[in-house]
Amino acid sequence: MIDISPSVMQFLLAFIVAAPLLGAVAALLPAPPGLKGRSPEQAVLRHGVTVTGVILAAAIALALGFDHDAPSRFQATTDISWIPALDVRIHLGVDGISLPLLVMTALLFFLCALYSYFKLPAGPSPKAFVALLLVLESGTLATFAVLDLLLFFLAFEMVLIPMYFLIARWGGAQRQAAAWKFILYTLLGSVVMLLGLLLIGVTADTFDMVALASDNGRELSHTTQLLAVLSIGLGLAVKTPMWPLHSWLPDAHTAAPTVGSVLLAGVLLKMGTYGFVRILLPVTPDGMATFAPYLGAFAAVGIVYGSLACLALARKGNKGDLKRLIAYSSVGHMGFVLLGIASMTPTGVNGALFANIAHGLITGLLFFLVGALKDRYGTADLDTLAGATGAALYGRAPRLGALLAFAAVASLGLPGLAGFWGEMLALFGAFDPAEGLSRAAFLTYTAVGAFGTLLTAAYLLVVVRRVCMGDPKAGPALAVADVQRYEFAAWTPLVALTVLAGLWPALLLGLTDPAVQQLLAGGNS
Amino acid sequence: MTALPALAADTPSLVQSVDWLAIAPVVITAVVGVAVLVADLFVTERHKPVLGWISVAGLAAATATLLPLRAGDRSTFCLTADPEACSYVADHFTVVVQFLVLAGALLTALLSVTAVRDTRMPAGEYWFLLLSSAAGAALLPASRDLATLIVALEVASLPAFALVGMRRGDRLSSEAALKFFLSSVTATAVSLMGVSFVYAVTGSLHLTQVADRLEDVPGQLDTLAMAGVALTLVGFAFKTAAVPFHFWVPDTYVGAPLPIAGYLSVIGKAVGFTGLILVTVIAFPAYSQVWGPAVAVLAALTMTLGNAAAVRQSADRPNSAVRLLAWSSVGQAGYLLVPIAAAAYSERDQIGSTLAYALMYAAVNLGAFAVAALVARTKPQHRISDYRGLYAEHPLAALSLAFFLLCLAGLPPGIIGLFAKVTVFQSAVDAGLGWLAVLMAINVVIALYYYLRWTALLFRAPEGAEGARARTKAPWPVAAAIVATAVTAVVLSGAPQLVLRVASGSLFTQ
Repeated sequence: MIDISPSVMQFLLAFIVAAPLLGAVAALLPAPPGLKGRSPEQAVLRHGVTVTGVILAAAIALALGFDHDAPSRFQATTDISWIPALDVRIHLGVDGISLPLLVMTALLFFLCALYSYFKLPAGPSPKAFVALLLVLESGTLATFAVLDLLLFFLAFEMVLIPMYFLIARWGGAQRQAAAWKFILYTLLGSVVMLLGLLLIGVTADTFDMVALASDNGRELSHTTQLLAVLSIGLGLAVKTPMWPLHSWLPDAHTAAPTVGSVLLAGVLLKMGTYGFVRILLPVTPDGMATFAPYLGAFAAVGIVYGSLACLALARKGNKGDLKRLIAYSSVGHMGFVLLGIASMTPTGVNGALFANIAHGLITGLLFFLVGALKDRYGTADLDTLAGATGAALYGRAPRLGALLAFAAVASLGLPGLAGFWGEMLALFGAFDPAEGLSRAAFLTYTAVGAFGTLLTAAYLLVVVRRVCMGDPKAGPALAVADVQRYEFAAWTPLVALTVLAGLWPALLLGLTDPAVQQLLAGGNS
Repeated sequence: MTALPALAADTPSLVQSVDWLAIAPVVITAVVGVAVLVADLFVTERHKPVLGWISVAGLAAATATLLPLRAGDRSTFCLTADPEACSYVADHFTVVVQFLVLAGALLTALLSVTAVRDTRMPAGEYWFLLLSSAAGAALLPASRDLATLIVALEVASLPAFALVGMRRGDRLSSEAALKFFLSSVTATAVSLMGVSFVYAVTGSLHLTQVADRLEDVPGQLDTLAMAGVALTLVGFAFKTAAVPFHFWVPDTYVGAPLPIAGYLSVIGKAVGFTGLILVTVIAFPAYSQVWGPAVAVLAALTMTLGNAAAVRQSADRPNSAVRLLAWSSVGQAGYLLVPIAAAAYSERDQIGSTLAYALMYAAVNLGAFAVAALVARTKPQHRISDYRGLYAEHPLAALSLAFFLLCLAGLPPGIIGLFAKVTVFQSAVDAGLGWLAVLMAINVVIALYYYLRWTALLFRAPEGAEGARARTKAPWPVAAAIVATAVTAVVLSGAPQLVLRVASGSLFTQ
């Protein structure tokens, strides 16, 4: 949109990836004179807001300078040799697929830093909190920006340690077990993924994603592709998470602090689906075509399973934890994303990418809201919250109640909000899958998925009824503070973007579609 | 070198030329060792620490002499009749391993300076034994005939037995030394028998000639050759602490003075795997179908058992920290063996991955032992739970240890550990050893559990009253060792190429 010179763009992208790391180191050092603030705690939290804010500004500048007429071309590219012995290159670049994810990641991290500035989760020193948050940001941004398989793996691994400590140190009940489950599960997945990446790299003699993608797997034999898809897909499926590999997710979400849940759902899960689109679809199309029906089946089961689990949690007397409920709803939503990818059609993959962004915005918002509820009530247990008639949030804290209702209907895919387009396109894609894929199987998945949307609507409406409605006079005499100013600041951007993406989907689809077309065709389009 | 004249009996001249520069790293170490032993007789008790500094200087000088050798094109003690067959070759492989051994010994020496003084170990003997062992370990990678190889192996090991038993009046120490000695001697004897079989078949001790002659062994000698190959490997597998030759490790490490435990975990291992590499890929490539699967199975068993045992260490038992490091070093030895096994299935340059991994492992493992030495000054029980809250007490030491442990686990921010593992994985994938790669992947996850558990402990709030623990100052040699290893690990994480270059291209000239 604006003309920014290529070298500045190049710098912006490199800056976005590297600056959080420098910021993390700086956070550990004592504050320089003049920036001491009211207390060391306040100074370091402010430092976190500043750094993530600068990164967000850089990401927005990058988006503005991005040539929107050629979103299928990698822009702002850097390509320098790092480890010649392993043929690892620092190859960075963005296209229409990664740009929205980059901007969303930068935004969510900024909002999380802002939220923590006013409401630091209980735990040890905020210094370490900010440093870990920034390392996490660097790792996630790098995942979306790198174009080298081994670098992708490095970025993928980089998020593990910070997230482990965020959960284990600043989390709630059962945090140790949840943190262990998170890191061991994901590490097992990603090491197996490494084997697949190495198999591709060793066979094709390059780790460069661009070269591999434009080659579209012609160098790789069918057996190699099958093995590669199996191992890489396993690693990505754990991260996404795909049913039945999801069991780490509810625990991690329930135990994590609010910002941890927001980032886990909003950003970390996207790394898995992004890997499917960026690596498996273009590099190993044959292998992917073989496994797509199975992936679709798991996705469809995941949709229904997630919704049913949520329904069970939402029922009265089941002691359902709201955070756990939203975690399970993520399993369902990621099922739609995987179904779109499994269809291997431009429609489906575009839908998947759209649903990715929408899920990041909406579930991020939901976790913020539930975190706020938990802070106010001291529990996220639905039965305790709702009491006999319902928590009556509309009566006690109307704005909070309205926001929760908004996020819930956005999550169930109300047309006109962001949640709608992605899931609809994913179902469309599955309705008419790519050539060579079994139509009958995918029609079944479409039907199952469509049924899943009904279940999703059901449990979200149950949640709204139990949390937002009810008799404000009944239940515990508890003064519930309505939405605070900082909470508005942290949540409004998410609400606005949810509405914007819902009303103007072309904004996102215009970016992703050309890139997806080229990705699926391999350098031939 | 001793066996050569007899071999070359039918040649006109027996006098071989000697390239003194090529053998300088070994000779300097040995000479300084003898000098220290002699000097011990004339130095008064008060001045004993001087011996330590002489040894440190000697090791530094020996390390420095590797600089002119870095071209890796020298060889000496060649047969006058066949200049291609040399007993001492200073190629890239040799120089890299010698650097690992000598720099590792230098770090051990730095840690020992305070340990010798504090525990009143006999200084002269200690330094002499350490330097002799280092000289043997430095000779090993350069030796290219089976006799020299065995001699070097013994020169490296025999002093180590005595070093393990150095803690006078400590029953655990003597028991450890005896255990180590008996099992090691048995292994060497088995190895020697293997060597004699191989000699019987080929009529040569020079590795290159052995390799040539093993290509076409007469039918009736084939079994003998195979048995020779298998038996020779045993001695080296023992030194690498590969399962099932690993049982001596935990007790020996616990019984030995801490710097010596670190020395054994790094240089002792280096001795084992360089010997293993030399006999497998240089001497016995013709029998790769015998040793390839054997080494692969050894690797699989070693990493699995080592990691399983390390996970089981409970944090509160005395010596649990040293035991954990001992078992983790067994697990790491398994990773080191993977590229050697891979070399049997593809090409011998795969072993570069072993070297690259060993360099990374040497730096971070010695670093971990250095921090352990620091912690042991105030809490001599070596319990893992002693490390709780180390960050509050020694922030830099705690951060360094965390970094070392994450390097060993192979997770960012320990980037060098990650990429060293990637090269090992790559060699396995390249050689088509998929099952071994998958097993190693599972092991990496198991290992992460105990490394990260320890790491997390460092940053917990310290137990007990805050005022009770006075901040102790670290003695500067120990601090220097921690700083040196930490800086190395951090620099390598930024520029992994410095180490990983070893993993690409050929290391051998012959």
